[in-house]
Formats: sequence, C-alpha cells, structure tokens
Amino acid sequence: MSETKELTFEEALESLEAVVEKLEQGDVPLEKAITMFQEGMALSKLCHEKLTAVEKQMDRILNEDGKVELTTFQED
Amino acid sequence: MSNDQIFTISNLTKYLKRTFDNDETLQNIWIKGEISNFKKHSRGHMYFTIKDDQARIQAVMFAGSNRFLKFIPEDGMNIIVRGYVTVYEATGQYQVYVQEMQPDGVGNLYLAFEQLKQKLQMASYFDDFYKKPLPKFPTEIGVVTSPTGAAVRDIITTLKRRFPIARITLFPVLVQGSEAAYSIAKAIKQANETAGIDVLIVGRGGGSIEELWAFNEEIVAEAIFQSAIPIISAVGHETDTTIADFIADIRAATPTAAAELAVPHWEDLYEKVSQRKLRLQKAIAKQIETERKKLTNLQRAYAFRYPEQLVNQHEQHLDRLIDDLQRSIKQLLERKKTVFLQLEKDLQRNHPNSFLNRSTERLQRSEVLLLQHINTLKKEKEFQFKQLVTKLEALSPLKVMTRGYSLSYKDSGQIVKSISDVEIGDRITIKLKDGSVFCQIENIEESRGVKDE
Repeated sequence: MSETKELTFEEALESLEAVVEKLEQGDVPLEKAITMFQEGMALSKLCHEKLTAVEKQMDRILNEDGKVELTTFQED
Repeated sequence: MSNDQIFTISNLTKYLKRTFDNDETLQNIWIKGEISNFKKHSRGHMYFTIKDDQARIQAVMFAGSNRFLKFIPEDGMNIIVRGYVTVYEATGQYQVYVQEMQPDGVGNLYLAFEQLKQKLQMASYFDDFYKKPLPKFPTEIGVVTSPTGAAVRDIITTLKRRFPIARITLFPVLVQGSEAAYSIAKAIKQANETAGIDVLIVGRGGGSIEELWAFNEEIVAEAIFQSAIPIISAVGHETDTTIADFIADIRAATPTAAAELAVPHWEDLYEKVSQRKLRLQKAIAKQIETERKKLTNLQRAYAFRYPEQLVNQHEQHLDRLIDDLQRSIKQLLERKKTVFLQLEKDLQRNHPNSFLNRSTERLQRSEVLLLQHINTLKKEKEFQFKQLVTKLEALSPLKVMTRGYSLSYKDSGQIVKSISDVEIGDRITIKLKDGSVFCQIENIEESRGVKDE
C-alpha cells in the first residue's frame, strides 16, 4: 500500500468514509467488495497510525525579532 | 397646518410624535448622564431617568435590548446610551428608548469602537463572503497571544489534550498597552509568512474594555482581514465583543473554546475511525452473508432438490415430441401414397396397349405379304428350274449311252480316255445305259492314225 502512505489523515479518512458508504449500499460485486474491504482496513489502520503517531514534533516559539525557540508545550 | 387651526390634545401629540420621528438626530442619538429612579419591571423592561445637573429625560430600555447588558444599571451610575427619542402618546411625554448602554468612563473608547465598527462594516470587512473555512485536521496551529497568563495556558492545554499530534507555534505578543495592537498585527503577518501554519488563534484572557482595546484597533482589524490563514478570535469572555471578533473567520467565546474550535478531539477521531472500521467489517460480513443466503437458496431450488422431476418433465416432453413426429411421418406417407395412386391411375390411363395392337396388326399384314411374295418367287424359280432340267436332260451323255456309247472308269474313278491311261492287268468299270460291267485289260492295241485322239 505504498500509495496509501502518501495520504494525509483527512484524505485517508475521506477515502475510508467513501469505501464504507459504498460497501454499506451493498451493490458492489463480491470480489470487488472484498478488495474494497481490504483497502478500507488498510485506510483505517493508516488513520489509527496517524492518530497515534508518537513522532512528536517540537513546538516552537517564534519571537517578534524572528528568533525561533524549539520547545515542548506540556498539557497542564 | 394653518395657524388658526385648533388642535385636540391627541392631534397635537400625534403631530409632535411625527415631528420627533422625522428628526434624524433624534432617531439615532448618543446620550450621556446619570441614572436615577431606576426600576426593572417584572416583565424585564427597564424604566429610569437620565439626568445631569440641569435637566432630565425619561428613559425606557426594553427587555429585548437590555438582555445583553454586561452590568446591572443602578441609580447614580454614569452611563452612555444610544437610542432614539420620541413621544409616548399616552402621557404626552417625550422619552428616550435606549437600545445600548455602557457605563461612562469608557465612553470615548466605546464611541471609537462604534465608529470603527461602522466604518469596517461599510467596507464589508465583516461579510461572510470573506470568512475562510477552518481546516478539519490542522497539523500546525499558530497561537498569537501573551506568553504568560491563563489564555495561553488554556489554549495550549486544550490543544494538547484534544489533538496532541498537531504542532503548536506560539507568537508571543503584548496584549495590552499602547504597543499591543502593533505587536499583534505584526505577529499575524509573521504567522502568514511562516510556512505550514494551518490555523491561527488570536486572543487574550478577559479584562476591562481598556485592557482588551488592542483588539479594537484598526491595525489589528486590517491584519486579521488580510490574513490568508484562517483566524479564530478569542478575546476576553463571552460577553466581550471586539472588532477582531467581527473580522475573524470564527469567534470563540473564550481561549479554551478557540482551541476547541481549532482542532478536533483526538478520541473522537479515533472513535470515528474505529466506527468506520466496524461498519466496514459489518458491511462486508453482511454482504457475504447475503451472498451465502443467495447461494443456499439456489441450492435449495426445486431443480436441485428434485432433479428427476426435471428429467421427468423433459421425458414427458420428449414422448410428446416423438408422438408428434410419428404422426407427422404417417401423415406424410399418406399424402405421398395418395399422390402415387393418382399418378398410377394417370399412367394406366395412358397405357400403350392400343399402340401395341396397332403394331401387331401391321406386323401380321407384313407377314402375309412377305409369304405371298416368297411363294410367287419360289414358283417362278421352280418353273425356271424345270425348264433348265429339261434342257439339261436333252444334253445328257446318258441319252448318248442309250444309243450304245459307254464310259470306262479306272478304279480311281478316272475316265479312261486313251490307251495310255491303262495297262494290261488293270481292272476297269464300264458304265452302260442300264448298268456296269467289270473287266480286266488283256491286251492293248493302238489304232493307227488316230494317235492324237
């Protein structure tokens, strides 16, 4: 699923949504439906991965003079 | 209206009211004074007097207008109101109908606010047309606010709690004081020059109108209007409304609310994705079940359960077809037979018997003729023969023999014509007219002078 890797979370979620709706209509031939199901499962996995991605980006403080401070804001 | 017309009180009151209502100044007027005789009716309308050192005016502020007041008016309070002045016909008194009320002291700022608001409104700065939609899943959120204080903490906490995967870029600014407006406007521009920021929260915590004032400055209004990044404004509390709030793409009641508007909740999304996954699994399971049922139904179909029935039906059909075939052949044969019989009859009618009879007759006639002819010819030939025989008899040597001549034959049958034909001792036969005599040569004598005979 190399193409899927390129998707943003939003695109992946939209694609997933489209697949789900299409499948719920129930008028897709079985073989195609199974392919779509596998695609949908891959998309949901991708979405979950994107939501749980631990590769934390550093937050920034951009001062008025243009100076950038990297930091990590914490949830209180 | 001529001068000599006598008015009834009603007419006069109506006339006065029309005069008031036609006066533009009176229809939208700012009035400054002190509240006295304040009374709030149980139905929500407020009745009071506004006075200064020398004069007073009755005032009414209806519930619809006073519902949003940020303070409770009370006697002795200095206020600025906006409204219209007209005549209350029942009492004949003119009074001010208050639509907005602000405590005085901030009066000048309030007027400045109203003026800028009107100016920008005229310039369509508040139009929905210019409102940009917020990104659904921002990856980077800019925050333009004071680096210290509750607002920044609320925003960051809320962002981190709801959507920890988004990056936060803080633009620390002054949010009050004379430098604040410039500082905020500059930060908004800076954010627009920084790549990757999807949405901007601009705001500060609650405060007095003076403290919030930077957000009512034109320079900030302009910066927000020009921003390509969607902006969520979050200035003060829910009751504080600034110019920035009107221009921002969306106004949040508080900094926390701004953070909530900026990002979706991580758990909601996770839940959403999980639900989609579940729906996906259900949908495919349902479809497989449906297809399986279809298959089962097909397998249970009449034809599969009772195949012999199917065959029987066809057997019956086959029998019927064979019957039909036989009947057809029979019919065909009969038809051909009829045709044949007809032809045979025709043939008999045309039998060659008569021709044959005629021919036989001709043949018989021909045979008779032939016999006649051959008999005639035979008789002719017989006659000719008799004549020839007669002639021949006349010439026969036998006739000569009757006259005494004979013929001598050697044993070999050869006629003896000369003495040289025989020798002494030979036996010869001499034929006479009435028989033969057998003799033996005793002697031979040659006749003279007849040598050559």
